[in-house]
Amino acid sequence: MRLKIALVGNPNTGKSSLFNALTGLKQHVGNFPGVTVDKKSGVLKLASKEVELIDLPGTYSIYPRSKDEEVVYDILNNPQHPDYPDKICVIVDTSNLERNLLLFTQVYDLGLPTILVLNMSDVAHRKGIRFNEEAFLKEYPEVTIIATNARIGMGLDRLKTAIFNPSIPPKRSHKELLPKEETKQQVTDTEKRYSTIKEVLQKVVVQEKNNKVTPRTSWIDRLVVHPFFGYGIFLVVLFVLFQLIFSLASYPMDWIDGFFGSIATYFTELLPKGLLTDLFVQGILPGIGGVVIFLPQICLLFFFISLLEETGYMARVVFIMDRLMRPFGLNGKSVVPLISSAACAIPGIMSSRTITNWKERLITIMVAPLISCSARIPVFTLLIALVIPSKKVLSIFNLQGITFFGLYALGLVSALIFSLLLKRIISTNEPSVLLLELPVYKLPRWKNVGINVVEKARVFLVGAGKIIIAISIVLWALGTFGPENRRKDAFSKITPPQNNALAKSNYEKEVRAVNYENSYIGILGKSIEPIITPLGYDWKIGISLLTSFAAREVFVGSMATIYSVEDDGSTQQTLMQKLKSEKRKDGHPVYSLATGLSLMVFYVYAMQCMATFAVVKRETNSWKWPFIQLFALGGIAYLTSWVTYLLFS
Amino acid sequence: MITLAFATRKKLYKVEGLKTSALTPKLIEMGLYPGQEVMCMFVAPFGDPMAVNVGGYLLSLRKEEADLVLLQEESVNKIKEEK
Repeated sequence: MRLKIALVGNPNTGKSSLFNALTGLKQHVGNFPGVTVDKKSGVLKLASKEVELIDLPGTYSIYPRSKDEEVVYDILNNPQHPDYPDKICVIVDTSNLERNLLLFTQVYDLGLPTILVLNMSDVAHRKGIRFNEEAFLKEYPEVTIIATNARIGMGLDRLKTAIFNPSIPPKRSHKELLPKEETKQQVTDTEKRYSTIKEVLQKVVVQEKNNKVTPRTSWIDRLVVHPFFGYGIFLVVLFVLFQLIFSLASYPMDWIDGFFGSIATYFTELLPKGLLTDLFVQGILPGIGGVVIFLPQICLLFFFISLLEETGYMARVVFIMDRLMRPFGLNGKSVVPLISSAACAIPGIMSSRTITNWKERLITIMVAPLISCSARIPVFTLLIALVIPSKKVLSIFNLQGITFFGLYALGLVSALIFSLLLKRIISTNEPSVLLLELPVYKLPRWKNVGINVVEKARVFLVGAGKIIIAISIVLWALGTFGPENRRKDAFSKITPPQNNALAKSNYEKEVRAVNYENSYIGILGKSIEPIITPLGYDWKIGISLLTSFAAREVFVGSMATIYSVEDDGSTQQTLMQKLKSEKRKDGHPVYSLATGLSLMVFYVYAMQCMATFAVVKRETNSWKWPFIQLFALGGIAYLTSWVTYLLFS
Repeated sequence: MITLAFATRKKLYKVEGLKTSALTPKLIEMGLYPGQEVMCMFVAPFGDPMAVNVGGYLLSLRKEEADLVLLQEESVNKIKEEK
């Protein structure tokens, strides 16, 4: 059995940096059973020995005030718990000992072998704080003290050795923790501990400069919380962030697209024709491709988010946005998830973990898909080009541009309105709190940023990938199989090929279209026609709506198949011509302004994205919320599209 | 007696006590115990939340949260500007 070593500490003490420094990429991220709280563990080796390192959620006290913190209490209060440690490292911020030692004294009383890690020794040094280890050992004799600076890797070897040193069984006795609900006793206990800590610190710490509470504010803070410059800087940061994400992500996304396209062609030629090849080439490969295609945006977003978090700027964003978000039942911390969703809802929803209040977290997750993501762009572009004339309004604005902007605004406003509604619907007894430490500004640690990006990518690939691939295979099967006699009938109606190449390729396209039309998904699309006729759609749009549950941009490809247009780089142009000339039975064009707008509105609301669905399942740890979201947003999409169609026809 | 929500900016106070609420334990654990030195450093646009120096670190809290913290006034001349 490997020994288990738990890392505990307040937030912002560099605990995760230490964990990263010790384990590197040899760490495993999962959930603690039954809750969506990251459980990070990793194996640490020294010579031939191995221990398991567990990074427990950051907390200010052993007594839990949120779901995340409850994990810490549940583990440390129960020696039978599978994660109950054999040794504990308490990581403290040396520049703020008083508050940090509260958790230390609580942990010390558990009676386990304890290591006190005095981290951020550089900041403490700058503040003129001198820590007298001998004096401290007189008060807490059974503790091993290690001073570290995780940023430059100072003290890591000593910490490693201390972790591996066989522990002498502690002489002090194990004190039971107070019950979770006994908050009154906990308050008394905390007050007592603080007065002890103050006495201890007087003996242990020499503070050369008197700078405990000074009226000095850093110039950065004066700027970033300024009523005018604060929001200005935030907007500039956002602008640069999105510029970078969209300009940088498009390259790897094209490569991934091209790569999966070419290996699909390769395998089609290599493997014998048959159902299994089809399953592999048209079902599984695009499924995997559909997962991987999200990675560039996810990685870039998390790169920038962790960069901003590392520096301490993110806490200031929360600070200036909290008041604006609160009326909607959201929290300042909802800003990052919602903004990320403008690129892609997946990283947005994944980053909602920082919101400790469950209700606020849930509302954020539920409305995140309403913020228009990049996958809607191809759909909107096609539809706008199709039905909105490119003319000037008020001689400067382009009508198409206004429509595009309007769709984004509609998504954002709806997200806020739905938040308001959910605020009333979802009940909670957990109070909404901010109480957030504004950490000192620091240069980012690239290793932390890198590990965070890799970790999130891994979580997405493994956690959501399974569901996404499963849904792709189902969609493939529905699009491939169909009743045989129905297909035979349909084939007998199209003219067989002549002996010229053009006619032959046209015939092939037609065969594909007929196949698709008479597949199960095609039949499904036709059978929902009566339901979608009020919205101004025909069965062809119906099929595309169904298939684009895989991802919104599939709409364009699906339309291309149905209208037997070759799906290549020039799809948009050819498809546009086909769509424009498409007539209803009464001779009116199918893609009227009303139908087009109704479709756009549908795509603003409907949760047409299986990856989001999968991520919501993972982040809420239940099937209930993704299904509620799917049906609620679907219903709203239906109603609003219907109203739109009525208004414009 | 005033609460932290109404503290004058850049003026040193001592925490007198806390009003009873679900947040009391959390506030104490964040260092707002009786006797702690606090100073309101800056306030977010729209007047809420506020950033408070609590015994040497910067804590942001909403007005309604700060309103749970009762203050006793500290003589102003004790503040030494650090250069």
